[in-house]
Amino acid sequence: MSGRTYLGMPAFPVAAKASTKDERLRANLRHATRTIRDKRARAVGELDDWALLREAGKRIKDHTLRHLDTYLLQLEERVTAAGGTVHWAADAAEANRIVASLVHATGETEVVKVKSMATQEIGLNEALAAEAINAYETDLAELIVQLGDDLPSHILVPAIHRNRGEIRDIFRAQMGRWGRPAPQGLTDRPADLAEAARLHLREKFLRAKVAVSGANFMIAETGTLVVVESEGNGRMCLTLPETLISVVGIEKVLPTWQDLEVFLQLLPRSSTAERMNPYTTMWTGTTTGDGPRDFHLVLLDNGRTDTLADEIGRQVLRCIRCSACLNVCPVYERAGGHAYGSPYPGPIGAVLTPQLRGTTSEVDASLPFASSLCGACYEVCPVAIDIPEVLVHLREQVAAQPGHGAERAAMKAAAWLFDHPAALAAAERAASATRAALPRTLPLGPAKAWTDSRDLPELPAAPFRAWWKQHRTTRQEPAE
Amino acid sequence: MRVALFATCVNDAVLPRAAIATVRLLERLGMEVDFPEQQSCCGQPQYNTGYRRQTEPLVRRMARAFDGYAYVVTPSGSCVAMVRDNYPRIGAKARTEGRGEEPAVAAASLTPRVLELTEFLVDVLGVTDVGAYFPHTVTYHPSCHGLRVLGLGTRPLALLRAVEGLELVELPGAEECCGFGGTFAVKNPDVSTAMGADKIAHARSTGAEVLCGADNSCLVHLDGMLRRQNRGRGDAPLRTVHLAEILASTEADPWSVA
Repeated sequence: MSGRTYLGMPAFPVAAKASTKDERLRANLRHATRTIRDKRARAVGELDDWALLREAGKRIKDHTLRHLDTYLLQLEERVTAAGGTVHWAADAAEANRIVASLVHATGETEVVKVKSMATQEIGLNEALAAEAINAYETDLAELIVQLGDDLPSHILVPAIHRNRGEIRDIFRAQMGRWGRPAPQGLTDRPADLAEAARLHLREKFLRAKVAVSGANFMIAETGTLVVVESEGNGRMCLTLPETLISVVGIEKVLPTWQDLEVFLQLLPRSSTAERMNPYTTMWTGTTTGDGPRDFHLVLLDNGRTDTLADEIGRQVLRCIRCSACLNVCPVYERAGGHAYGSPYPGPIGAVLTPQLRGTTSEVDASLPFASSLCGACYEVCPVAIDIPEVLVHLREQVAAQPGHGAERAAMKAAAWLFDHPAALAAAERAASATRAALPRTLPLGPAKAWTDSRDLPELPAAPFRAWWKQHRTTRQEPAE
Repeated sequence: MRVALFATCVNDAVLPRAAIATVRLLERLGMEVDFPEQQSCCGQPQYNTGYRRQTEPLVRRMARAFDGYAYVVTPSGSCVAMVRDNYPRIGAKARTEGRGEEPAVAAASLTPRVLELTEFLVDVLGVTDVGAYFPHTVTYHPSCHGLRVLGLGTRPLALLRAVEGLELVELPGAEECCGFGGTFAVKNPDVSTAMGADKIAHARSTGAEVLCGADNSCLVHLDGMLRRQNRGRGDAPLRTVHLAEILASTEADPWSVA
């Protein structure tokens, strides 16, 4: 069983330092993110009305979030009326307890899983393992991560940090420990790797009595859940077992089927750069003689209500987990997903994780600063989350915490200087006058961080102000 | 036409050539240029690092310094973006947090009058050929704030294309961030440097002599890396030059290294 968790991860700059030196990781990420980045741009460029779709997506989500209580209660009523059971979980521990007790009630000791960010967020697999329940990931990339005793590093492509050769090695070494071993002489050809996964997983699909999923969308008016995917493995889990347990964040609700139409255009093009994803599975409660006969929906808060209360931070709840922001982010590409210390990496992780978990741990406090504020994420976000705005907002929260005394003092001193031009001019003159004494590298703090890789700028003989005084007295006034 | 120059703190203290070039260029185009000496910094470093309250006095100072000018022109896209994007936010928050109307009023009065240099040239003066002469091969890095927040689009390229003697070569991956990002450069130095190294490698791959930008904060970072790399290199050095310096350069008064 996978025992690795995100607990005790180092601050972002520390983890990212190691990633930037890892040539193989850099090559894997550069190749993968650039490929999907270009494909997404083409898929989005096909639509004349992308800007309108994006605006519609944003407005639908904002409307839903503003009336979240109403839509969640409607959803509960419709799911219940359709034969499902709704559970409310305030946090990760409660959600994990609910799922474990539901599995225990079936008498089973293993479950198959549909790829799900919510269950990664709450650490469900580890919680189930502690209850002697084996959870098998069935998404190909999640399978690679699980077999490799690894952590996901991307929302859509959790094993993006692995190349074909690494995947073949993991399959050869680990599949036998979990079930059907890898075929003899497995190569690193994608078709062979997919076939090995197919054979390994087929055994699990046919045996499993219980499945656990998340959902991309929940439709309040009918109580319908929606999962979009590419592989069909999700559909196997959603249709074959007797019991289905879905753990879904409360922000995933949409009022109507008409709203869904917008997101079924926004999500595939932003995520996999497809016009339409291959598999879209929808189910409403239970249906006699068709699919699971027992359906449980666990509605997960786990920090979302607190996020909703924050006027600037709440826009993050619009997120549909497409990962377009990861693929376009120059920081993600060089730092890799693990540096973000959470199942939500990249720009969206940097604004979501500190809101869901708070900013008390070292890594969570470092996340709002893990961005150059270049704005590429905002540009591609299909629901127009202004990620730079939220990053700066969260930086303000972190800067107000203890431990930022020196920085606060420096910022205050700079602000004072900038608000006192006479003192500023004197400081500029002094800096210029002593410029010859400035060394190329400096030993400590931010100055060291700068000069480790870059020269300091050569200060001018005189600041602009001094030139201006001279210029003003000598220039010819332009003729009007 | 009378315009005020917002030189920016970085140009004032560290890289005055861009501000001097802006004055020379605007005067050559017939502008009467003022430099209100009460100006200092737009507050971008403080704001983007999480010290919003400390930028409020600077919002008021900027509004006072540039009161009465129809156009405030600055050779820095990120500083314009700070004013245009964040001053209204700072004002609105000061109001909701009970510190009165002044920052909001100051922001509202100043914001529409502050223009980035290429916006002023192309949109207000309606010129792309400013009569410049710069006989060098140039590649252009569109800094993120100019590109995405201001939407400068083709303005800088149109200005460069009209420069006599200048050969413009396309920068691969031009729209990708250089890795400066203000305090990001020192809070995440390894990622910042990795991004800068890729930007420089792309610039070198063009064979250009000059990596041009319209935002000196990005160029300080790239130039710092370039000078570190250039030491001991045999090939022709690549250097960073601000767009204003290229546009200010003429056959009679050409740009020079020193």
